[in-house]
Amino acid sequence: MDTKTILADNGVNVEALLGAREALTQAPEAARFKWRASCEWAHGTHARSTIDTFYGLGEEQKHRQPHRIETDHPELFAAEDHAATPVEVVLAGLAGCLTAGIAAVAQNRNIQLRSVKATLEAGMDLQGILGIDGDVRNGFDGIQVKYTIDADATREEIEALVAQSQKRSAVFDIITNPTDVSVTVS
Amino acid sequence: MNAAANGRAAGAAVRPPVRSIDVAVIGAGHSGLAMSHCLAALGIEHVVLERGEVANAWRNERWDSLRLLTPNWLSRLPGYQYRGPDPDGYMERDAVAEFIADYARATTAPVRTGTAVCSVEAGGGGYRVRTWRGDWQARAVVLASGAFNRPAIPRLAADLPAGVAQLTPLSYRNPSQVADGGVLVVGASASGLQLADELQRAGHPVTIATGEHVRMPRHYRGRDIQWWMEAAGLLDERFDALRNGRDDLARARAVASPQLVGSRERAIMDLNALAGEGARIVGRLAAVRDGRALFSGSLRNACALADLKLGRLLAALDEWATGRGLGDGLPAGERFAPTRTDASPATSLDLERENIRTVLWATGFRPDYSWLQLPVLDRKGALRHQGGVVDAPGLYVMGLPFLRRRKSSFIHGAEDDARDLSEHLADYLDAMAGRCRDCIAVPS
Ligand SMILES: Cc1cc2nc3c(=O)[nH]c(=O)nc-3n(C[C@H](O)[C@H](O)[C@H](O)COP(=O)(O)OP(=O)(O)OC[C@H]3O[C@@H](n4cnc5c(N)ncnc54)[C@H](O)[C@@H]3O)c2cc1C
Repeated sequence: MDTKTILADNGVNVEALLGAREALTQAPEAARFKWRASCEWAHGTHARSTIDTFYGLGEEQKHRQPHRIETDHPELFAAEDHAATPVEVVLAGLAGCLTAGIAAVAQNRNIQLRSVKATLEAGMDLQGILGIDGDVRNGFDGIQVKYTIDADATREEIEALVAQSQKRSAVFDIITNPTDVSVTVS
Repeated sequence: MNAAANGRAAGAAVRPPVRSIDVAVIGAGHSGLAMSHCLAALGIEHVVLERGEVANAWRNERWDSLRLLTPNWLSRLPGYQYRGPDPDGYMERDAVAEFIADYARATTAPVRTGTAVCSVEAGGGGYRVRTWRGDWQARAVVLASGAFNRPAIPRLAADLPAGVAQLTPLSYRNPSQVADGGVLVVGASASGLQLADELQRAGHPVTIATGEHVRMPRHYRGRDIQWWMEAAGLLDERFDALRNGRDDLARARAVASPQLVGSRERAIMDLNALAGEGARIVGRLAAVRDGRALFSGSLRNACALADLKLGRLLAALDEWATGRGLGDGLPAGERFAPTRTDASPATSLDLERENIRTVLWATGFRPDYSWLQLPVLDRKGALRHQGGVVDAPGLYVMGLPFLRRRKSSFIHGAEDDARDLSEHLADYLDAMAGRCRDCIAVPS
């Protein structure tokens, strides 16, 4: 059998994604989505977020079931460590987005993935959030993402997958570019 | 003769009668002239309307030190070709203007200079073309008014502090125009890189902000990169033959110019070279807030994408050379060092503290169709056309990026496009004439 006809299967329905892309090119209004989360304080630094509905394709949408993400802080911060810190959830969001992108791009390029693993590390100088030094920012001073990927592809092809995934990633964009944020109280 | 008749005569002198013509070509740059030559060869009556002089863009809209990034041997137009003493050199700006003016003379193109078109409307079985010097009624119109008339400046320019001067590649002439102090060059295509290099050498500390860009060495395996592109036929790729159709075409049309410079030294110009001169490389300019420029944290990936793409291009060229049996006659393929970035590239700079006094927007160009009174623009203001055949009968366009072929916006790209489109236009005129004959033949 000709190797070219063997199709990779990474469990991503690329035809559906490409179909959606085509449809949304024709209907820019339907492409406007709204993502939502709600959050309720539990106790101390512990909070529970719920993710349930979103808006897209011109109408209200719902997840199959509500998803919950809890956040807290480690005991080192005199907290009870019920859950990951919010900044760690941000790292998980970045990793989830880039990894999904790698799978989709690989599928589109007919590259079979066997395993994709990422480790992330972000530096932060607490002198920022603690208000010790006004020149130090609150957030990360950088994020390192390291991928280990086993796939039917050359090193260059794998590097290109990872680069293309960053190029198309929402969370990568959210983190690398400024976003206007409005916080109000009702 | 009475006073009324005199008055009418005077009025007529102010407003000359509408002239009829088969084709009005708008613009006497190389695109309009190439089209004129092909129309003449088909015996089609036409006029070339030019607001300024022949080769106006090269005379009035290009910086002083500009040289073509295409070698002289590639400077050719239908029925014409560079014949000077230095085929491997790169023409200076004024020489390009002369080259195009010579072409207009050699082809005796029917150019009306000083004749700006102020509107094109549908009517009279074709188009009414109004100019500063009277109106024309044309059956067909060719837009050859240029693809790079206006700088494309991002909206965030409005957020810059008032004290920071702003320039574009169309308004920039030379470093003496730039206030002492640093310059932020936004964009790392051919224009951005060339101007960053010039300014850095002139003693202005340069910061260059780059998103995705196209890295390309001036020469490879002993040949000019343009030789490779031409010989391997990469620039002949057609608009209707791309693998993923319209998708790829839209992307290809938006690709920035390659990081190339035409210099006597045949220098390779890239971000590594600029950094070596002391320029600071930062990510895409994402926002300006409270006097600070904020840069995207995606610099590494922008460079990785360009390095990977360069690697694929060189591999494809090697493969082509081997396939042609040229491999042995050429020096071995070199590979270029990955683009170096700082350990932690700046994502934010205080413009005043860094003494950045000028921002140069090398963020691309747009055509100007403000005078085109026809429903042929899409929602983003781009002309709707299929390979230069615009979405209005008898309307054509030349010179846009990847109009019909990857080379369409280059001087050497005009020939094939002008041939194809002039033939299409001739068929259109014939069909139109045929229809009219039919209407006369139909008994009433
Ligand atoms: C900075 C820069 C560097 C380039 N370097 C190269 C290079 O190295 N090699 C290469 O092959 N190509 C290069 N190009 C691309 C291309 O060759 C040039 O842009 C070239 O000028 C395009 O020719 P054109 O005839 O399509 O348009 P233009 O040269 O822009 O000519 C259009 C003409 O139309 C006239 N016009 C416009 N509007 C009207 C109107 N309303 N009424 C009447 N007349 C009008 C203008 O005055 C002008 O004379 C470069 C482009 C730029 C911007």
